[in-house]
Amino acid sequence: MSENNFLEVRDLKKYFQTSRGMLHAVDGISFSLKKGETLGIVGESGCGKSTAGRAILRLIEPTEGQIYFDGIDIRALNKEEMRKMRHNMQIIFQDPFSSLDPRKSVSQIIEEPLKINRIYATNRERLDRVKELMDLVGLAQRLVNTYPHELDGGRRQRIGIARSLALNPQFIVCDEPVSALDVSIQAQILNLMKELQAKLGLTYIFITHDLSVVNHFSDTIAVMYLGKIVEKGSTEDIFSHPLHPYTQALLSAIPIPDIHSRQERIAIKGEITSPIDPKPGCRFASRCPKANDYCGRAEPALVETGPGHSAACHLIESIQ
Amino acid sequence: MGGIAMHNEFAVEVKNLYVEFKTDYGVVKAVNGLDISIAPGKTLGLVGETGAGKTTTGLAMMNLIPSPPGRIVQGEIRICGQDILKLSEREMDKLRGQQISMIFQDPMTSLNPVMTVGTQIAEVIAYHEKVNKTEAMKKAKEILELVGIPAERAKEYPHQFSGGMKQRVIIAMALVCNPSILIADEPTTALDVTIQAQVLAMMKELKEKLHTALLMITHDLGIVADICDFVSVIYAGRIVEHGTLEDIFDNPAHPYTKGLFNSLPSITNRKTNLKPIRGLMPDPSNLPSGCPFHDRCDDACDICTSAMPQKAELSESHYVECHLFHSDKDKSVFGGTK
Amino acid sequence: MKQRIPRQKRRSQLAEVFGRLLKNRMAIIGLCVLAMLALVAVFANQIADYDTVAIQQNYTERFLSPSLKHPFGTDEFGRDIFARIVHGTRISMFVGILSVSISLTLGGTLGAIAGYYGGAFDNVIMRILDVMLAIPGMLLAIAIVNSLGASIPNMMISVGISGVPGFARITRAALLSVKDQEFIEASRAIGARDHTIILTHVLPNSLAPIIVQATLKAGTTINTVASLSFIGLGVKAPTPEWGAMLSGSRAFIRDYPHLVIFPGLAIMVVILSLNLLGDGLRDALDPKLH
Repeated sequence: MSENNFLEVRDLKKYFQTSRGMLHAVDGISFSLKKGETLGIVGESGCGKSTAGRAILRLIEPTEGQIYFDGIDIRALNKEEMRKMRHNMQIIFQDPFSSLDPRKSVSQIIEEPLKINRIYATNRERLDRVKELMDLVGLAQRLVNTYPHELDGGRRQRIGIARSLALNPQFIVCDEPVSALDVSIQAQILNLMKELQAKLGLTYIFITHDLSVVNHFSDTIAVMYLGKIVEKGSTEDIFSHPLHPYTQALLSAIPIPDIHSRQERIAIKGEITSPIDPKPGCRFASRCPKANDYCGRAEPALVETGPGHSAACHLIESIQ
Repeated sequence: MGGIAMHNEFAVEVKNLYVEFKTDYGVVKAVNGLDISIAPGKTLGLVGETGAGKTTTGLAMMNLIPSPPGRIVQGEIRICGQDILKLSEREMDKLRGQQISMIFQDPMTSLNPVMTVGTQIAEVIAYHEKVNKTEAMKKAKEILELVGIPAERAKEYPHQFSGGMKQRVIIAMALVCNPSILIADEPTTALDVTIQAQVLAMMKELKEKLHTALLMITHDLGIVADICDFVSVIYAGRIVEHGTLEDIFDNPAHPYTKGLFNSLPSITNRKTNLKPIRGLMPDPSNLPSGCPFHDRCDDACDICTSAMPQKAELSESHYVECHLFHSDKDKSVFGGTK
Repeated sequence: MKQRIPRQKRRSQLAEVFGRLLKNRMAIIGLCVLAMLALVAVFANQIADYDTVAIQQNYTERFLSPSLKHPFGTDEFGRDIFARIVHGTRISMFVGILSVSISLTLGGTLGAIAGYYGGAFDNVIMRILDVMLAIPGMLLAIAIVNSLGASIPNMMISVGISGVPGFARITRAALLSVKDQEFIEASRAIGARDHTIILTHVLPNSLAPIIVQATLKAGTTINTVASLSFIGLGVKAPTPEWGAMLSGSRAFIRDYPHLVIFPGLAIMVVILSLNLLGDGLRDALDPKLH
């Protein structure tokens, strides 16, 4: 079963020690991903989605759990082996402003991975590769000497994408790559990323808070709430029949740019609670419109309800 | 239904507004002949992308353009019939808060961290109305209840509130003197979707209750569909298309408006291809000749590069600034391209 | 038949920084003055002989006003002030710049380690430096130079060490604001090692406040050296040193102001030039300002 899984994450946890207690940023998430597919991780701020993305790449060290990348347990790798492993796994950041060193020119930024890993022997070969990458992501050659601050958000994001592609990775974590961009530019970048996926056979984890983007982009979706995956399944399943009350509320909360297909909002009370030393019980219980006493006492497990579709909610268990 | 109808009293009316900023790199023409009008109790969505002049328009309506470097070059801004550009600084101070209020995108920096929330609201009341401290505080608590915050939380400091709650406090502060117009500059952009839904629902309820005219500045067409009665699409400091919600969403006319819709990933149909608008927003210190959108427009023809298009009225409530819709020329050619 | 795009030439970073520096007129003035003073220091003996003019006492020519023979006049021992300033360049500039270099290297490294790694490193390093900071800089310098023995190299070391906590604090603060930016993480994601990240991303982005501190510190260092000399822990009596010249002639400021004015001017010119150069350098290193 796990044979054809390109990426498999098992019970990944990341806790942070804070002055007010242990912060459970990511609290035991598991999922797997096939080559060339895209998994969307969706959730609101503070749900742990970005931490999860970084923990998978070991950019922050996970507290617990296993990560199998192409069959290799990357948590067992030492520092030097992990450094080599990074060729295969890359990240694209949300903020096209803070993710590029303001003191480096476009070519210096794109060539950095090549330089650090000593991919090419000569400057000329390296520069040729930089230009090839710029072509690939649609950056004009004349921009080679410009600095990030001279460019707009869309072009900056293209630089970030070119940098992450430089080492020919197979897998990229995209952390909200378009949420800082205007809609018209957002569409350009999304199209580019789809094109690159088809051309280079990339596998993506697409982290976002924007459900309409993830709907467009992902094959499967995992919905996170306070460090836990509350529901996962194929994009069709999640959007056509969401099971978890949180997923339902989230879907109904998206403002839809269409005045004829308005749907009834499922109002959820209050705001996301703190993931510091969470109490036992369902983490969504305090905001859930359907919660009963039991929800606050025991933590629901992720239960498969259909092929590839599972949700963590007591109410679904009782229905089954 | 307000709109362009002549006899309606507008809560706010902006005519032919031009705003520039002088910088070291040249004159930035942020707003270039912009018209806006909102009837009492109605909501106008001002939609556009970064750098289109949305926020500048909002600030101009408050007469808060930082000067220097900014300057309102010409135009007229009438709030409840009064031309605010002719008011003295002092009269304008009185008007702000009482007749016109503005809320900003970032709820984190809009509140004073060392004052309780109640005191901050009471201060606004005391400034505009002749009331004593206890009365002002009482009123502050009432308005907090109105935006869905328990009155006892008036004693708390901003850091004890979450982002959504802070934005509610800011809205309360803006509405406390019952202004006839509220300018909301991307009020929910910094919030999560579920919180955004809560805040939008509250704003909808409030504007009905208080009969406030609302200018909703946003880049999100979903929010527009949710809350607005009218829509103005702004591009390079001009309204390129204006109409009722139905006009814009059912019959978008301007190629830019259509482009915006085509750029959005659809929630209902995930297999549609995104058709982005090519190119970038023009640099406002170096606007192209003719129609500012012509170099990104697939339908552009010769006249678009040379002449600024005039308003073409498509219906009583709907107009567009695009050469494709001018009756005198080429209509036979372009009439069917919609 | 692919059309070849003309190859875009790429400029090296150093060339670009230098190009930007050249465009800054004030920085160039600073640089020229400093270069000139360096030449003066090198050719001091050709300009005025040390033994016969700079330290030779001549009681017939005491307190002379500036004239053609003595451009800056003479002091209370009848020594030519111009010659003493020329020779003082060697010591003052040398001591000033070298002491600051010591503070900068030590303090910068400690601050960088503390700021980048944080945690226990940070605590240990910064608490020790806090203790040093609690002792007045002058007192610290006196203590160090006393324990090492009074000599010019020891004085430079002591002044240098007393400046370490200040540099460490500033470097650490600058680093903290940079190290959490996403481009640092991006660099780690492409497999960069810690030292590469510190040297290529973190330090260049935190240089501005450090450069300003360094240029300001160079000025106060010359004064500190003067004070140490005054209490006999620095430059010994006949050796010309600007700070010592300045403080030594305080008594004559009313009657013979030129004794004070010229060494003072010399110190001012050096500090001003360093400041101009420092500001220019800071701006040239930042592509955003161009």
